[in-house]
Amino acid sequence: MLDHTPKECIERKAIVINPAKTCQPLGATYAALGIHNCLPHSHGSQGCQMYFRSHLSRHFREPVEASTSSFTEGSAVFGGGSNLKTAINNVFAIYNPDIMAIHTTCLSETIGDDIPTYIAEAKIPEGKFVIHANTPSYVGSHIVGFSNMTKGMVKYLSVNSNQPNGKLNIIPGFVNPGDMREIKRMLKSMGAEFIMFPDTSGVLDAPLTSNYNIFPEGGTRVEDIIDAGNSIATLALGSFASADSAFELKKKCKVPARTLLTPIGINATDDFLVAASRFTGKEVSMELEEERGQVIDIMADLHQHYHGKKVALFGDPDILIGLTAFLLELGMIPKYVLTGTPGEAFEKEVCPMLEEAGVDGKVKAAGDLFALHQWIKNEPVDLLMGTTYGKYIARAEDIPLVRVGFPIMDRGVHSYLPIVGYRGAMRLVEMISNTLLDRVDRDALDEDMELIM
Amino acid sequence: MKDKIIMKEELGKILDKYPAAAFKGRKGHTLIVDQCLAPQEMVADTRTIPGIITERGCTYAGCKGVVVGPLKDTIAITHGPIGCGYYSWLTRRNKARKNEGEDQNFLAYCFSTDMQEADIVFGGEKKLRAAITEVVEIFHPKTIMICATCPVGLIGDDINAVAVWAEKELGVQTIAFNCEGYKGVSQSAGHHIANNGLFKHIMGTGDAPKKEFSINILGEYNIGGDGWEIERLLKIIGYNIISIMSGDGTVERLRSAHKADLNLVQCHRSINYVAEMLREKHGTDWIKVNFLGIESTIQSLRDTAKYFNDPGLIERTEELIEAELLAIGPKMEKYIEICKGKTAALFVGGSRANHFQGLFKELGMETVLAGFEFAHRDDYEGREVIPTIKANADNKNIENLVVERDEKSYRLILSEERYAQLSKEMSLNYFAGMIKVMNDGTVVVDDINHYEMESFMKLLKPDVFGSGIKEKYVIHKMGTFSKQLHSYDYSGPFAGFKGAVIFARDIAMGLTTPAWKLIKPKWKTEPMLEGNYIEEVG
Repeated sequence: MLDHTPKECIERKAIVINPAKTCQPLGATYAALGIHNCLPHSHGSQGCQMYFRSHLSRHFREPVEASTSSFTEGSAVFGGGSNLKTAINNVFAIYNPDIMAIHTTCLSETIGDDIPTYIAEAKIPEGKFVIHANTPSYVGSHIVGFSNMTKGMVKYLSVNSNQPNGKLNIIPGFVNPGDMREIKRMLKSMGAEFIMFPDTSGVLDAPLTSNYNIFPEGGTRVEDIIDAGNSIATLALGSFASADSAFELKKKCKVPARTLLTPIGINATDDFLVAASRFTGKEVSMELEEERGQVIDIMADLHQHYHGKKVALFGDPDILIGLTAFLLELGMIPKYVLTGTPGEAFEKEVCPMLEEAGVDGKVKAAGDLFALHQWIKNEPVDLLMGTTYGKYIARAEDIPLVRVGFPIMDRGVHSYLPIVGYRGAMRLVEMISNTLLDRVDRDALDEDMELIM
Repeated sequence: MKDKIIMKEELGKILDKYPAAAFKGRKGHTLIVDQCLAPQEMVADTRTIPGIITERGCTYAGCKGVVVGPLKDTIAITHGPIGCGYYSWLTRRNKARKNEGEDQNFLAYCFSTDMQEADIVFGGEKKLRAAITEVVEIFHPKTIMICATCPVGLIGDDINAVAVWAEKELGVQTIAFNCEGYKGVSQSAGHHIANNGLFKHIMGTGDAPKKEFSINILGEYNIGGDGWEIERLLKIIGYNIISIMSGDGTVERLRSAHKADLNLVQCHRSINYVAEMLREKHGTDWIKVNFLGIESTIQSLRDTAKYFNDPGLIERTEELIEAELLAIGPKMEKYIEICKGKTAALFVGGSRANHFQGLFKELGMETVLAGFEFAHRDDYEGREVIPTIKANADNKNIENLVVERDEKSYRLILSEERYAQLSKEMSLNYFAGMIKVMNDGTVVVDDINHYEMESFMKLLKPDVFGSGIKEKYVIHKMGTFSKQLHSYDYSGPFAGFKGAVIFARDIAMGLTTPAWKLIKPKWKTEPMLEGNYIEEVG
């Protein structure tokens, strides 16, 4: 497995090998799916949208419907305006969404297609919306694409109509529907009123009833995104995927913005609940406090199984920052933390966390899994945490893998269950300790097998 | 099957929902099979209508994803932003292993130049050259393939010049594929571009020793290990397999492809170009085979043996068929018991919607709808229509190699009489297309889209829908089982005799898994009389 990866690291400036990121439009598609009755639309070659749909479907095991401008060589030369106008006509005539969310691709960005002009010239049925985001694939990553599309929602839709709604805006970031549900559950438990956008719960974890609808029940209502301009404040969960949209809302509608870590682990969840409580005036519920106590209880009871273990982590920046914080809370050693998404901000945020904990680790933005593998070859770890792609390194180096993040394409159910909040923390402890214990069992001599651990 | 007149009316109703222009664009892509009207003409290989939720991919996907990608001993560098390389990394299940004497298998790796904004503005050739240099230093590949993505063509990066440079400066044969996604109308153009590149630069450069009964297996991608199963059967009979294009294939073996006596074509759509070019240049005949389904497998094995007309081969073929049938014994029966009388709809690629119909038939299931994502008219109607296919703006810009006969290697194995005889008995240098094998009143849809799929599901109510990942969960949400026939739902092999049993097991399992019966909660199916409850509680 991965036999051609040498231990010796050669500095690479050009080739990316085994990426830990993908392109912006995938994130834009995912964000757009978090609006109720929305059809994401990719302005580029049809292969792009085929790839996003397939990839998202493999992770969520759900239908992912999205349209495309289906560029030909002619449109690449003469511009995609006519394709987009045809597409807008067809989308509303055939699928009849409330809103169409257009993102660009490397193709349409390279030729400089002016989407706002095309939208202005298109025939949009009364009462329907068309929004767009520029998502050039040669900048950033899928996380930036998610951020840009969410920002597009604010730019096109949110309005401050001087009618304060008493609600708190939540931008959850590129997390699973299971996480979005958990964030909403926590807020509901406090009795706080909120608007979460985007919200893919009910869209990408919809039930099987045999009554198929191209637009499932879930997703943020367009009127709620409009009303987000009247909210008390915005909590952006995760600086990479959510902060820009919160600031856009502040700029456009004067809604105060606050960026927090993705609420993974104890302190980050505490911070989220404290902020939610302060802005809404609602107290953190006894139910949540009880859950918190349960997690602390579990951490005290199980620490001997994971404390001091070295971990290599890879994935998307907001989730990694949250996970790094939580691993430190667990007494584990986040030895390597690597994201494919570029941005110095990542290293600036994670390095001090490791320094403060006295961890001699490596942190890298714009990295790839080939580099991570080489680090592990040079100084091994006890556990790998990351996406499905990690299984090849895990096998090559014989280290256990905890699957977390996006995408997970070789296991099911993960997208329904949270890693955020105290419930998510509980789940992470279970996954980490079970994985390590399964390994202990696997490696134990017959005489060392333990009934009770 | 419903009456074909009723079916035609129903089809009309489905298409009527389209706006005028979209209606015009879609109407010729669907037909109700009516063998009285044969030959029925299909519209295929035309542009997808913008705004339609198409299931199609792009030229890059056809070139890098399908044909070039499975070659394990080469490094395929995707020149472009990160997405294209990333999405085509390990997603197609073209299995590969290091066989004896093979020291390189790069399939678990993804290589991309990850173009950034500056590369788009100032050109990406410099980065591509640096990427190739780094790859050569780290991996020492024997060959490198450069696969272009959309922006490469737009900004005018000359990847062919970079390939020439790499060969000269680094001593590694490098081939450039101008497979930008916007070219053509689907993956199909990418197959053609890949065929051209490999034919031009690789095939004919090798010198494998001459052995009797030498064949190439073309258009077999070893999804779920299909290729390995086919190879196992052919080797037992005594064929010398020179190369496989391209599942578990190597560039080094492909070099001697011209040495084969016969080419077996599994996927006609993606590989017929190479089969035809090998024939034109070296005289090698090809036969259309199908190793999916027991009857088709038997037929393919017999046709191949018959081509060589060697008593030993023919005898070993019959022995193998007997042994394989004996080995599977009655294993199919319990699955047939579950499947028989049920119906299937198939929407896959450019060949599989055809290949799997026989397999379903062996399970007692009729295929009520079949269609291809990126096929051409010949895949529907047979190769006889090729001369009548009109050139258009999209297919004209894909290079059609002009191949000349190589007098040194050109040889015809069959005498004129034997050729004429065999042409009547098998698909010799010929493919009959899909429509001819389908029953009256069944539906053929080219380039199906989400709306049409939903409509046909409601109309035909098939028990199984065989398709891909994008369609699978839509079908499941409707309460119907869907089997992925691209990735086999991570099962397989489905080819050959043993594969047929695995397929039968999978279909039976999918039809009978208890989940389908649990969809309706009890409170929606059982009377909920409040009075009873009060009584009990009281």
